[in-house]
Amino acid sequence: MNELLLETRALRKRFGGLVATDSVSLAVRRGECHALIGPNGAGKTTLIAQLAGSLAPDAGSIIFAGEDVTALPAHRRAALGLARSFQITSILPSFSVLENLALAVQAVSGSSFRFWQAVKDETALFDRAREILHSVGLAEIAERQAGSLAHGEHRQLELALALATRPQLMLLDEPMAGMGPEESEQMVALIAGLKGRYTLLLVEHDMDAVFRLADRVSVLVDGRVIATGTAREIRANAEVRIAYLGAEEVA
Amino acid sequence: MAGWRRHAWLLVALAAALALPKIAAIAGQDFYVSFASRVLIWALLASSLNLLVGMGGMVSLGHAAFFGAGAYVVAILSVEAPGGSSALLVWPLAVAVNALLAFLIGAICLRTRGVYFIMITLAFAQMFFYIFTSLTPYGGDDGLSLARRLTLPGLDMAGDATFYYVVLAIFAACLFALGRLKASRFGRVLAGIKDNEARMESLGYATFRFKLVAYTVAGALAGLAGALMANQNGFVSPNMMSWDQSGIALVMVILGGLGSLWGGFAGATAFLVLEEVLSGFSAHWQIVLGLVLLGVVFYAPLGIAGLFARKPR
Repeated sequence: MNELLLETRALRKRFGGLVATDSVSLAVRRGECHALIGPNGAGKTTLIAQLAGSLAPDAGSIIFAGEDVTALPAHRRAALGLARSFQITSILPSFSVLENLALAVQAVSGSSFRFWQAVKDETALFDRAREILHSVGLAEIAERQAGSLAHGEHRQLELALALATRPQLMLLDEPMAGMGPEESEQMVALIAGLKGRYTLLLVEHDMDAVFRLADRVSVLVDGRVIATGTAREIRANAEVRIAYLGAEEVA
Repeated sequence: MAGWRRHAWLLVALAAALALPKIAAIAGQDFYVSFASRVLIWALLASSLNLLVGMGGMVSLGHAAFFGAGAYVVAILSVEAPGGSSALLVWPLAVAVNALLAFLIGAICLRTRGVYFIMITLAFAQMFFYIFTSLTPYGGDDGLSLARRLTLPGLDMAGDATFYYVVLAIFAACLFALGRLKASRFGRVLAGIKDNEARMESLGYATFRFKLVAYTVAGALAGLAGALMANQNGFVSPNMMSWDQSGIALVMVILGGLGSLWGGFAGATAFLVLEEVLSGFSAHWQIVLGLVLLGVVFYAPLGIAGLFARKPR
């Protein structure tokens, strides 16, 4: 169970004078839910972007499933099973919800360089798409245009798209962002249901959610990982409390 | 739209297209046969551009480069190998040459996006334009007249009606193939890239490759249109690849309907009919064209073809 699925070694990214990722060495074990927390501007999304492959690090390496993926483009990493759910919703707005999912399933169902056969006849794609929609609770709005959904539904669709690519590891960048308490609660339940079946790297601001979901937590401050441990250890860590959870609690 | 209704429309359109030379002959207006050929060739060019702009979101302002290059394949061969005049040989060659050109140019252009893509496609087309302007062995900026049309076994291609039927058959076949492509896996991926390329990338699609294949197919079809136009006019010149020709093709696509299968055809028909009717009244007929284009952009963003499509639910 302690096998590493994702590992970064001395990862570094600099934007002008700002060091956004400062020799980050992170280790995510297969099957765990690993949370990444940190104050605003700590470099969480920058780190996720490097892991997903949309941003190239200046130095260091990224090992995924035993393979050095540092130089691989985003689509190759996705094909290896590294799925990303974006902090800012990224879906196909002019497609229906079902079509969004069908296109995600298509990505992992053989070559898409097929020019003659109509997609709508490929019932297997749509069956699988419906299955996933069902599991995230979007089955009733399958025919709606994705661009017209409410915010909470967008977040669910975002997660469903990541799920559809048969991932080994899901990078969940603030899945609860902008949600009301009730929607948040649903999303937490949904993610709890993914635990064990998928390895999760969860970026989240909501500390209650983090401490409920995460097996282990890493704390990022000013681009550096200042601590990694179980939820209990992190809560007890004095340095973390000063840097992040609020100095007043220490006093 | 009910399936039978769509098929009924298609049959009516096809019957009208087939009967057109007969009607023109009866009316004593043979001019309209070659006019219809011109419309169909432009429709093929606009449809190939629509594959890029409408289906894939790649706005190219240099598509006429392939149109002209296709025409020059015909013209140069007629100079260098006057004996080899079979269309069965030359047209596929024009397609192949332009597929290769588009593949190479696309491999460079598609590394850019948006305005930069518009500019770099324009730059390549202008390069083509100036290269052919200075190619004096092939007429330079005066262009080159062709002695005769290419031949097809069993057909008299010199006859405008016969040539029209050949163009009609080619256009129909290409449009059918584009329709299949649009509904295929490839077509869906292209539509997804147009909608949100970053998302497609993170789903695992190598978006660059899909765009490059689309660019190659579009270039090849534009080359075919150019080869047909060379035969239609019996004349080629660098003006075929000038940037206002690329602009006209783009206007046709927007007028006819971005991304819809019949958009290229509808746009080419509307544009050339407007030109034909209005240029009789005034040399400044493009003022009216501008107003029509404004109207389409504001009131029918899906173009003329969009007016006939089913209402979105």
